[in-house]
Amino acid sequence: MNLYAVKAIYKHEMDRTWRTLAQSIVSPVLSTSLYFIVFGSAIGSRMSDIDGIAYAAFLVPGLLMLSLLTQSVSNASFGIYFPRFLGTIFEILSAPVSTMEIVLGYVGAAASKSLLVGAIILVTSAFFVDLQIMHPVLMLTFLVLTSLTFSMLGFIIGIWADNFEKLQIVPLLIITPLTFLGGSFYSISMLPEFWQKVTLFNPVVYLVSGFRWSFYEVSDVNLWVCIGMTVFFLLVCIAGIYWIFKTGYRLKN
Amino acid sequence: MSAIISIKNLSKTYEGGFQALKDINLDINKGEIIALLGPNGAGKTTLISAICGIVTPTAGTITVGGYDIQKDYRAARSLIGLVPQEMLIETFESVTGVMEFSRGLFGKGKDPAHVEKVLKSLSLWDKRNNKLMTLSGGMKRRVLIGKALAHEPDILFLDEPTAGVDVELRKEMWNTIRDLKQAGVTVILTTHYIEEAEEMADRIGVIDHGEIILVEEKKSLMQKLGEKNLKLHLKEKINSIPESLANYNLQLNADGMELLYSYDVQQEDTGITALLDHIEEAGIQYRDLETKQSSLEEIFVNLVKKQ
Ligand SMILES: Nc1ncnc2c1ncn2[C@@H]1O[C@H](COP(=O)(O)OP(=O)(O)OP(=O)(O)O)[C@@H](O)[C@H]1O
Ligand SMILES: [Mg+2]
Repeated sequence: MNLYAVKAIYKHEMDRTWRTLAQSIVSPVLSTSLYFIVFGSAIGSRMSDIDGIAYAAFLVPGLLMLSLLTQSVSNASFGIYFPRFLGTIFEILSAPVSTMEIVLGYVGAAASKSLLVGAIILVTSAFFVDLQIMHPVLMLTFLVLTSLTFSMLGFIIGIWADNFEKLQIVPLLIITPLTFLGGSFYSISMLPEFWQKVTLFNPVVYLVSGFRWSFYEVSDVNLWVCIGMTVFFLLVCIAGIYWIFKTGYRLKN
Repeated sequence: MSAIISIKNLSKTYEGGFQALKDINLDINKGEIIALLGPNGAGKTTLISAICGIVTPTAGTITVGGYDIQKDYRAARSLIGLVPQEMLIETFESVTGVMEFSRGLFGKGKDPAHVEKVLKSLSLWDKRNNKLMTLSGGMKRRVLIGKALAHEPDILFLDEPTAGVDVELRKEMWNTIRDLKQAGVTVILTTHYIEEAEEMADRIGVIDHGEIILVEEKKSLMQKLGEKNLKLHLKEKINSIPESLANYNLQLNADGMELLYSYDVQQEDTGITALLDHIEEAGIQYRDLETKQSSLEEIFVNLVKKQ
């Protein structure tokens, strides 16, 4: 195992985070705060409690998940797309580095960064609502698994994309709608019955539900189903990455 | 001499069906400097990329230091440093930052002393804390060389290392490369500056249309294919070449003030002494004579033309 290489890639990626501090950390914090002000305080004050939880507090896990998903995908996809775009990837391809080490470096950095953002959002939200986390360990597990899974998804997107448009299109057209419709802002029991069924095809529902349970012990879907689905998505992404490197897809001629 | 890189029946067909390399066989000796020459699109970069693991060969095997580049990729790649043809480089990182990154990728920890040595040898030490985007083009190219040397490779690939580097620095870089050779590093370079190959290389390989059309010791290549010219600067102008000298392949230049005689160095008898005797007999007097051997550039142009 070439640990130096993993460290080098990881550090390189994290340095990029510190360099673009405003973009990578300040902006998600700002946008989440705006959500709290608009939905939590302004609109939320007129909303009734959901499952006995104040709407603003109900929002916290959903918003966290929303940022976590978009952050993980965008960090990881840019992280690997950029060297491909610049051509600097040649150095990694010609180095004595295995697939696993490359993925560890890039995905590890992207996941760390979104965890960092998640932690900051959590702290920020404490200023707006009465925060209560009933199962911190479970919550942390969800956080870590989700960041890893979606960082891997981002990595795959960054390898698949051969222009900037494609790089943006998946997060914009798929991830964002799925998160908005995945129960981040509402309980799916508030939907008409037909849409409650449809919504079960949305993977984000399970992530948000399970995650919310770790906060308030309320969830739309059975906790174990949520955990099972989360692990399942992780495995799917691992398989995707394995396939990419097995075939050299879009990395080598 | 033992081969440090051994290429057997290497072919590469790119997606889309273009065959960039056709059944290449080549051994590169430990410690030599070999220059690969060839027109644009000949396949030089493809060959280097295949050895370094950036391009997957369609057929054939390559070993580096005895290690198969696919099965033992770690061991094989650890030996190699690569300076790419294009300026593929970061923008916001510092010079020492990217040097450390390269070392890390190749499985080595920090070594400020080595980094300092490399940067000094490339005249980059003053710029060590600069961000790469604040460097000039030639400096960036030298950073690329520095990155390739960061992990102390045994083999160095230089894909047109001196393109865009000024004359003085080019000479300095040649010296750096010679020092590397002294230290035992094997160097494979491609270049379009024939004088560079002539100056540096022990052996010359010529690639054209994906095939190696020639690999030779530089000396013997120049001897074998070299034409020598004898130039006589005449004391007085002559209007035509006298009948008695018609048997020699002579040319009258410079308004009748110069006689040019071309001969093949391979021949036993160059005919020079006899020619000079005949010239004297013909009553032609010369004030000076010089001989000149054709340069590698002329040899190369002739070779590729013949293809
Ligand atoms: N990724 C690619 N896909 C398809 N064809 C390619 C690819 N890369 C190179 N080629 C083709 O392979 C041939 C050899 O290219 P290569 O870059 O090896 O040439 P070269 O000898 O290095 O030329 P130059 O002196 O211009 O650098 C060219 O015809 C080129 O168009
Ligand atoms: Mg080239």
